[in-house]
Amino acid sequence: MQTAVESKLTVSINGKEFDARKGETILQLAKRNDINIPTLCNHADLCESGNCRMCVVEVEGQRVLQASCTTPVAERMVIRTNTRKVRKTRQMIIELLLAEHVGDCQTCKRNTNCELQDLAAEYGIEEVRFGKSQEKRYEVDTRTPIVRDNDKCILCRRCTQVCEEIQGVEAIKPMGRGKDTDIGCLFGLPLDETTCVFCGQCINRCPTGALTERDATKEVWKAIDDPTKHVVVQTAPAIRAALAEEFDIPPGERVTGKMASALKMIGFDTVFDTDFTADLTIIEEGTELLTRLKKALVEKSQVALPMFTSCSPGWINYIEHYYPDLLPNLSTCKSPQQMFGALIKTYYAQKKGVDPKNIVSVSVMPCTAKKFEADRPEMYDSGYKDVDHVLTTRELARMIKQAGIDLMDLQDSEFDDPMGISTGAAVIFGATGGVMEAAIRTAYELVTGREVPFANLDIRPVRGMEGIREASLTITDPLPEWSFLNGAEVKVAIAHSLTKARMLMDKVRAGEATYHFIEVMACPGGCLGGGGQPIPTSPEIREKRAQAIYTEDGAMKLRKSHENPAVKVLYEEFLKEPNGHKSHELLHTKYTPKDTW
Amino acid sequence: MQRSCLLSPGCKCNEAFEKAFSYTPEEIINIIKDSGLRGRGGAGFPTGMKWEFAAKAAGEKKYVVCNADEGEPGTFKDRVLLTDSLDKLVQGMAIAGYAIGANYGILYLRSEYKWMLNDLNAKFNEFKNQNYLGNNIMGKGFDFDIEIKLNAGAYVCGEETALIESMEGKRGEPRNKPPFPVQSGYMGYPTVINNVETLCNIPYILEHGVAEFKKYGTERSCGTKLFSISGDCAKPGVYEMDLGITIREMLEMVGASNTKAVQIGGASGSTAGEKDFDKTICFEGFPPGGSIIIFNKSRNMARVLKNFIHFFEEESCGQCTPCREGTRRLKEAVDRIERGEKLSDEDMNTMLELAEVMKNSSKCGLGQTAANPFVDILGKFREDF
Repeated sequence: MQTAVESKLTVSINGKEFDARKGETILQLAKRNDINIPTLCNHADLCESGNCRMCVVEVEGQRVLQASCTTPVAERMVIRTNTRKVRKTRQMIIELLLAEHVGDCQTCKRNTNCELQDLAAEYGIEEVRFGKSQEKRYEVDTRTPIVRDNDKCILCRRCTQVCEEIQGVEAIKPMGRGKDTDIGCLFGLPLDETTCVFCGQCINRCPTGALTERDATKEVWKAIDDPTKHVVVQTAPAIRAALAEEFDIPPGERVTGKMASALKMIGFDTVFDTDFTADLTIIEEGTELLTRLKKALVEKSQVALPMFTSCSPGWINYIEHYYPDLLPNLSTCKSPQQMFGALIKTYYAQKKGVDPKNIVSVSVMPCTAKKFEADRPEMYDSGYKDVDHVLTTRELARMIKQAGIDLMDLQDSEFDDPMGISTGAAVIFGATGGVMEAAIRTAYELVTGREVPFANLDIRPVRGMEGIREASLTITDPLPEWSFLNGAEVKVAIAHSLTKARMLMDKVRAGEATYHFIEVMACPGGCLGGGGQPIPTSPEIREKRAQAIYTEDGAMKLRKSHENPAVKVLYEEFLKEPNGHKSHELLHTKYTPKDTW
Repeated sequence: MQRSCLLSPGCKCNEAFEKAFSYTPEEIINIIKDSGLRGRGGAGFPTGMKWEFAAKAAGEKKYVVCNADEGEPGTFKDRVLLTDSLDKLVQGMAIAGYAIGANYGILYLRSEYKWMLNDLNAKFNEFKNQNYLGNNIMGKGFDFDIEIKLNAGAYVCGEETALIESMEGKRGEPRNKPPFPVQSGYMGYPTVINNVETLCNIPYILEHGVAEFKKYGTERSCGTKLFSISGDCAKPGVYEMDLGITIREMLEMVGASNTKAVQIGGASGSTAGEKDFDKTICFEGFPPGGSIIIFNKSRNMARVLKNFIHFFEEESCGQCTPCREGTRRLKEAVDRIERGEKLSDEDMNTMLELAEVMKNSSKCGLGQTAANPFVDILGKFREDF
């Protein structure tokens, strides 16, 4: 109680007194009290950098204006956020940025969702008093899934911060000095020759259109408009929990059925749900894990444990570059996207009687690394490119708008058969810990014949937004064939964001980890926070998307992957058995060790 | 008026340390506070206070850093101390370490002084052999060692937090303050960063006492100061003068005549015109950096301005908007002027407004002062434009 009293400060903003907390910044105090201070380099996920200077305010007794994002409050501080000096300074800072910001708003992907544009409008910038160059100075590499246009960069450095602070990759950095400063890669290499994992977190932090995804909408429209093509689409679990945000709906709104309707209206011939292969992944990956455990415990043979999940392509890129020695620990299962791709051009093509060469397989993903994944040379197991085009959530929203569809007004519709059925276990793949929870629901039941001992099947210990989470479950009274697991304490860990993954991997590498199974998602919050998701992002937004995902799971009749009847049919008709010959051919892959530089 | 507290040989290390270790660290900090010594790097922060903050800061390790990144255009006074008075610097650093509880010293040397490196290392070894550095200095139970770290050539690294970033192997860019280096500096440990000259004053103050030190200078700018004097004068060089000397007295001393302008404190300092020559050089007058550049009446101040502004555009670290973009725009303006274009009143007002924005909203001293020459020189020498 005493500390609480001590840490309470009285601070005046614009003539009104506020209770402030010791250690908070002027900006934090202002935000808590609904006093708007404009920012550009500040981001809820990142350390305060104080680079842009948009948020300067007057503080009595200070010689110069203070950046409110980095200045802590002090007892009896007198702050003014709306003086002529402050406004003039902010206006000029915007002008200075605009003078170096080359590119037309109208042809920019971030048009109407650009922080610089918003501020210019807010501060009534009608002219830029410095010679504004219209000439493009930078070449734009549109080959890679992440497209960087330095002409639009305002050097706020949120991209380099997220790459360093949250992902620990540092593929992009400020280069050069002073007027020559720009964001680039070591030695000016293109992104695909660096350790960039294509997670796209930089895109989600960029206030302008300097970072965007490689566009796939044109190719997809072309396929749809081509009557000779049979265009099949799949949508990842995290899309339904975020797509509405692109239509100005507050985060947390689920639009699963509306999305399915929109996809049909756009003109996709068949609309599948990636959730189906998420369920399939659980069967394949769960079997793989139990097989590894059996080998280790019964046959006492050398087998790589803990096993790591392999659904997140950003994570795959990361481990290939940074922990190639741990690749044997990675599940050989392809991601649900790629499993689906392989099945569309084999199983589905046969069943539908369509020549696979006429099928165009499209996926909608919350992810930019999925674009990279689909282009991998390993991903041609159907005999064709398994997934032809990957759209991000943002790109799908653009297509819906281009088609003149009002998403929020649509009636719900179902996904198509034969791969349209899925379970709650698959939906939660979209949130960090979801793959783990789905795996436990199934594996525990397969081994013991009983449901997991958690109320309503909600395995709470693996949920949440803590960067690294650990849990364990003791197996008692297993079915006879799993008797070797009797009394075993199965330990699992979950990490999301790559700095957190690194912490776990270092433990594994040092032999200090006692886990059996580790789930890693490259992006904070898991896929729901993916680099292809609507902009902006923040911990609160991701929390809301997670709630939407868990609500969807809770509302479903089927909650366990092994209960998915369509998956059962797939095994009966086509794959025969989990981890069997056909599965290995189509649903599993191999990885390639890569260098760090 | 020319003094020699710093440039004359001081006491030997054994005497200096004997004296210093006879005090408690608190007593030393109080002596330095009483002396009124202010930082000689330019900003003039009271040295005793800085030490006191660092002494009181919690940290399992602490550091004393000597800022020898003498990079202000026209300054070369620390070079003299480094080559001729290294014993004073070693004493100053070790005593600072003793006062704040630091066992590590780092000499951050500007890359252009790389030629000194071998010599400095050899001399530090000698000091070690004589037990003036290293473990248990002179048997007094105090360990202190100094290592040298080289700058890579950026002007901004003279700014103390950019200097720390650079020492940590990162891009040399200023940090946000607070926390100040005395709270969280090199590797997150409390760190005192003092200019070479500041540290060289320490043994003098301890040897001769506060009263003797305060005989020099003014009430608020105690002691003497080294100046690197260059430009249009008969006797350029490094001078030690009382703080509070007038510009006119200084000009006489160095044999300058027909003087039009004096740049005091380097590119980011202030420009004195003839009207200012009876003003004093001290913290309450024209702030004393290390550099004084004299321009006689044959000089065109527009070209001087161009030189300074180009320098800042080149040396801005590129981190914050007002400095990175502001220096670029100022440079465009001075280039236009240099080409003989007349800036419209509107353009001129925009530039002056920009100068104000840079001063008020840049992250560090570089950006806050980069527009000084623009405002100063344009204001005082309009006829040259």
